[in-house]
Amino acid sequence: MAAIEAHDLVKVYPPGIRALDGLSFEVEQGTIFGLLGPNGAGKSTTIKILTTLSKATSGRALVAGHDVDRDQGGARAAIGCVAQKSGVDLEATGRENVILQGQLYGMGGAELGRRADELLTRFGLADAARRPAKTFSGGMQRRLDIAMGLVHRPEVLFLDEPTTGLDPEVRADMWSEIARLVSVDGLTILLTTHYMDEADVLAKRLAIVDRGRVVAEGTPEGLKGELRGDAIHVELREAYLDGRVQVALAGIAGVHDVQLEGRSLHARADSGATAVPAVLTALDAAGVGAASVTVARPSLDDVYLRYAGRAFRSAEDEAANLAQRQGDGR
Amino acid sequence: MTALMQTGYIALRHLRALWRQPWWIAVTLVQPIVWLLLYGALFRRVVDIPGFQSTSYIEFLAPGVVVNSAIFSAGWGGMSLIDDIRRGVLDRFLVTPVRRTPLIMGRLVQGAVVVTIQSFIIVGLAVATGAHYPSLLGVLVLVGMSAMLGAAFGAFSNGLALLARREETLIAAMNFMLLPLTFLSAGFMQKNLMPLWMQRVADYNPVNWTVEAGRQAAMGSGDWAFIGSRVAFLALFLLLCLTFATRAFRSYQRSI
Ligand SMILES: Nc1ncnc2c1ncn2[C@@H]1O[C@H](COP(=O)(O)OP(=O)(O)OP(=O)(O)O)[C@@H](O)[C@H]1O
Ligand SMILES: [Mg+2]
Repeated sequence: MAAIEAHDLVKVYPPGIRALDGLSFEVEQGTIFGLLGPNGAGKSTTIKILTTLSKATSGRALVAGHDVDRDQGGARAAIGCVAQKSGVDLEATGRENVILQGQLYGMGGAELGRRADELLTRFGLADAARRPAKTFSGGMQRRLDIAMGLVHRPEVLFLDEPTTGLDPEVRADMWSEIARLVSVDGLTILLTTHYMDEADVLAKRLAIVDRGRVVAEGTPEGLKGELRGDAIHVELREAYLDGRVQVALAGIAGVHDVQLEGRSLHARADSGATAVPAVLTALDAAGVGAASVTVARPSLDDVYLRYAGRAFRSAEDEAANLAQRQGDGR
Repeated sequence: MTALMQTGYIALRHLRALWRQPWWIAVTLVQPIVWLLLYGALFRRVVDIPGFQSTSYIEFLAPGVVVNSAIFSAGWGGMSLIDDIRRGVLDRFLVTPVRRTPLIMGRLVQGAVVVTIQSFIIVGLAVATGAHYPSLLGVLVLVGMSAMLGAAFGAFSNGLALLARREETLIAAMNFMLLPLTFLSAGFMQKNLMPLWMQRVADYNPVNWTVEAGRQAAMGSGDWAFIGSRVAFLALFLLLCLTFATRAFRSYQRSI
């Protein structure tokens, strides 16, 4: 049985922002499933609906067998949630935060005390447990968030960008903690992230979300494998809008999936090493100057480019611009 | 039962935060003390006005200060809710099975505790400067009614916080409401000596209901039927504010 099922979720926020536009996926029990997408893709909206915080405009979702709309109580008891925004009460101590969270789930007494101490120890917060949470570092607050999400022993855990804003070392530690939650504790985890490497390391399967829809789904290896060969990226000296770049590259054997975005040229090649000289020669002959060239094994970045039709970065910039325009409009 | 326990947990959370910042109680006491001591001294001769029914202005004034302090401290209750919304604490609570009412009621309980402590300090101060209240029961009625009024203003403030979610809006609304409601009550002046139009308005002002009934109870000049009727009005007003807060909660959840 799938631990999470989302069927055709649509969420429209007034005044007509379509945050989710028919999003569907399933998560197998006891695995980590990654939702990967740029700013504004709809990752948090999905989590809000699956955790009963927000209601879908249409569509249906089951979490641990409970319909999130019709059986909110059942769903709430079965899930833990670590939202994108930390939910730590900064005035309370670490331990008080965990205890209150347990109490809200109907736990209490010595058992709750033991559970809180066990979690605080596990997440390296035992020494700081009796300090106000406002004295915690960002990484500590994030770990406290996770400890709170686990206090009632949920079956399914939602992690919305658990490592955004943490330094690299702290992120790596967090990754191993998250992996252990599945391997040792048998949880099912839905994780959202901006980071390709994070999805790559942690997720057994992942869905790439763009503008409220799943544009690709599979295992990280499978998704990368669908892209034949290496990724070539050429930074041009200037933007050429007349199509001569595409024409120049069309004739080269073993080079395909050519995409041009401004001065960035992306292409795939069966063998990067042999294709690069040919590409450069062809560009030169067409009078196109290249500033730099890189060749890489396919990454999830490339997967995103392929399925969303634009680079992850430019999708992020687009979201930022949109937010800016909306801000200006007000 | 569950809802009561949950209210207790939430109240405890807020009381603990308050306990860690005892200076905050001191800060909220500055205004009442200024009112009590400076107004008390400034308008001492008010008692000489023909028809004024008390012989000590401080004695007359203190119940008014108790009630005003209640609305001023409870009226800001929504500020910490805005903080919780911004920090994601409220959303974290809403994902748990906790019922929605305890999330508001817990805060109101904390507000009522603060109002009660404040009220006793103010009454104590008045007594120390020469006021005399014959009936302890009457003082308890005054404090109890102030706590009820505080809870009502707290509920209103929390409802507004859920709708507006901006400190500025809450500050503006409270500044707009609190002082006029104070001066349109018998807090500083005997009601039948107020201009006629103000008397009429005061009849509909919950702050005035509390001041008049609470003062009569404390000064032992009480007509218990009158006091009882004002307690009933106040209970209705509290219910109205609670309904508003609950509605606001629903509207908040629809917007996220
Ligand atoms: N409460 C809300 N009211 C109105 N619009 C909203 C609300 N929440 C999200 N949106 C809009 O819905 C879209 C999806 O937002 P969402 O937060 O789900 O994206 P996300 O993938 O989590 O992005 P990020 O990576 O920035 O967290 C965005 O356009 C956003 O502006
Ligand atoms: Mg998000």
